[in-house]
Amino acid sequence: MTKVYKIRKGLDIRLDGAAAATVSEYATDQYALRPADFLGIVPKLMVQEGDQVKAGQSLFHDKRNPDIRFASPVSGRVSAVVRGEKRVLEEVRVVADKSMDFEDFGSGDPLKLERGAVVSKMLASGCWPMVRQRPYNVIANPADEPKAIFVSGFDSAPLAPDSNVLVKEEGAAFQTGLNALTRMTTGKVYLNLRNGVKNSEVFTNAKNVEISLFEGPHPAGNVGTQIAQISPINKGEIIWHVSPADVIIIGRLFLSGKYDARKIVALTGSEVAKPGYFKLISGSCIKSLVSTNAKSTGYRVISGNVLTGVRLASQCSLGFYDTQITVIPEGNHYEFLGWAMPRLDKHSFSKSYFAWLMPGRKFVLDTNLNGGVRALVMTGEYEKVFPFDIYPMHLLKAIINKDIDGMEQLGIYEVVEEDFALCEYIDTSKTEIQTIVREGLDMLRAEMS
Amino acid sequence: MKALRSFLDKIKPHVQPGGKYAKFHSTFDAFETFLFVPNTTTKRGSHIRDVIDLKRTMSVVVMAMIPALLFGVYNAGYLHYASIGEQASFMEIIGFGLMKVLPIVVVSYVTGLGIEFIFAQYRGHEVNEGFLVSGMLIPLVMPVDVPLWMVAVATAFAVVIGKEAFGGTGMNVFNPALLARAFIFFAYPAKITGDTIWIAGMSDKTGIVDGFSGATPLGLAASGQIDKIPSLHELIFGLIPGSIGETSKIAILLGALILLVSGIGSWRIMLAGVLGGLTMSLIFNAAAANAYMQIDPLTQIMMGSFLFGIVFMATDPVSGAQTNKGKWIYGFLIGMFAIMIRVFNPAYPEGTMLAILLMNAFAPLIDYYVVQANISKRLKRAKVAVKS
Repeated sequence: MTKVYKIRKGLDIRLDGAAAATVSEYATDQYALRPADFLGIVPKLMVQEGDQVKAGQSLFHDKRNPDIRFASPVSGRVSAVVRGEKRVLEEVRVVADKSMDFEDFGSGDPLKLERGAVVSKMLASGCWPMVRQRPYNVIANPADEPKAIFVSGFDSAPLAPDSNVLVKEEGAAFQTGLNALTRMTTGKVYLNLRNGVKNSEVFTNAKNVEISLFEGPHPAGNVGTQIAQISPINKGEIIWHVSPADVIIIGRLFLSGKYDARKIVALTGSEVAKPGYFKLISGSCIKSLVSTNAKSTGYRVISGNVLTGVRLASQCSLGFYDTQITVIPEGNHYEFLGWAMPRLDKHSFSKSYFAWLMPGRKFVLDTNLNGGVRALVMTGEYEKVFPFDIYPMHLLKAIINKDIDGMEQLGIYEVVEEDFALCEYIDTSKTEIQTIVREGLDMLRAEMS
Repeated sequence: MKALRSFLDKIKPHVQPGGKYAKFHSTFDAFETFLFVPNTTTKRGSHIRDVIDLKRTMSVVVMAMIPALLFGVYNAGYLHYASIGEQASFMEIIGFGLMKVLPIVVVSYVTGLGIEFIFAQYRGHEVNEGFLVSGMLIPLVMPVDVPLWMVAVATAFAVVIGKEAFGGTGMNVFNPALLARAFIFFAYPAKITGDTIWIAGMSDKTGIVDGFSGATPLGLAASGQIDKIPSLHELIFGLIPGSIGETSKIAILLGALILLVSGIGSWRIMLAGVLGGLTMSLIFNAAAANAYMQIDPLTQIMMGSFLFGIVFMATDPVSGAQTNKGKWIYGFLIGMFAIMIRVFNPAYPEGTMLAILLMNAFAPLIDYYVVQANISKRLKRAKVAVKS
């Protein structure tokens, strides 16, 4: 009997520009890997400009844990090593060869391999960073044993890609990837699907995992929401999670012995002429993909969704974990007496505007902050979109006060910044809540190590 | 609008830090953001933001108080002409009411906003919108005959000691508007108690019709004249003596409706407050030791500023309880104490003000226990996990 979890608190922000179910090809020869995509690591370069690399060959590793390596998604030449202030490594760029040359890590059925063999294959091939841990939302430490591993089989964020499209025709790789995950925990591997929709057979036929169903608004698809329902994290406990797209790439490693980082990505947002899905390789520079599909100029390109994604400006490669690109208009304009206007074309969670009277309407939202930053005045707002048994305002204040004990007591181990994304969206006082939560997590992690 | 925008853009460089008039940065910013929502875009975190901001929130609350203010204006004129026994046209009534009430509103806003601007400038902050609400609340809780200088002093006290001393909007412990009233109440008791101050011109006792009483329902109840308390119908309609905004329950309920539909006022506090008031009245009914205790619950909560306080002042998110469970307890206790104070202590006919101020002080304690319960639940869960 599959268990169904109902999420009641949350918010679906309906935006214009959802991807149609068409899948096209996108090819480029520009690729890059950004250390900033990986929280909590210190990158140490392993190649030099001009080096020839194979797909799967490491470009850099984590200084504190040299086993954790980050691999080139394609074979080619290292064209640039970009460094920022204080010589921080910002990006390693690779220009791809005409034909792919893979490093061979050897195939093997993960169910017949020892845990150690599974782990070392994933470490060597650069697949390991796909495994992230809670608390802290950092790359998992291979020496740890998690109490469970979570895979969220749907994404509920605004304009999020349909996971069923992402895993289509990848049943074998997906199952092999799940099998590899089962080797790493004595607990369960959970696969969580959306209730009440037709899920791909790739998901429903998955074996060696426990399938649960979730219904309700965003953030029902966030792995943090699902963990809180199924197996909340206590102090000292660790849970790992992997996205379905990454499970497939891990699966391919064991099927073919290659780091084959192809994935399907949704190009979405109101500024995209024909939103749809594209097959590409992880780390692709998406500049030409966006510019050929954009309706207008003056837009912002986001790798990921509008709530948690990363803005692409000087850099152009898709984020390591992302399966979505969102293009929305910039909001750098003034609005005369905007706060006093009915603003029928704008979305608001607050009922002092009228979006709640138009439940079916899709909105075009820009990046304007829509007001000034103020002290925290309103109460009881965050709770409406925050499906955790946690007092969000009190936790935030504990973080702001750098009160480590308070943070622990109030449940910071159960959340990461993306869980607060909706709170940040609806916040009247325009506080940068996700940044504050990240600072709290970093503070705590530094304290604990 | 374009001309206005380019005018502002022309001044802007001079008031930026380093400019000639950098001293007026906060002031300029307040006016600019009032006229135009700024062109700031999101830098970190969520790329899109809800269109709600503090200006919208506060203006909805001010809007919710407009019915009470308008009725207060009419009532001031109506009672004045009734007290001198003259017939007056609607326009005369409104005209007189405006003459009496508008100056109080202006004094409250000018004093409070002036201080807010100075503090914002001194601290280098943006001017906060919180006082837009306090500035309207203060006149509504004043008797119509209150001297204007007293309004100014009380407002200054509330803003400086009640708010800015604690760090400004969002940090205050007590509701600023109630502090202003409490200040007058304790500093100049003669000006806020008694039977004459509620009607314009009655204090100097010229031309008052014989037998006309300016006593408020609470004043009558406290002095034992239970039989003279206006009927429930009159209490709800509100052409009775009282603070400017408190008399018409219809106007207050209209405001409550705006706050509840917009979700800006907490329905938990309002509902719990009313329930608390009814419960306490029923308990008194059961005890029935004196006539005041026997007043039926509905009449009790329609008297005085009970409803006004519950709707507009108890729901202040900054000085009230912050957790949802805490709001139930906080609201309920305000309701109970408001009735208890007015019945037990005839020296303070208006129990609501003191009840809310008291619970303002206890709100953090209530929240503390609510949050502690959550913390111990989490600890218990961790212990079970360790055992299994």
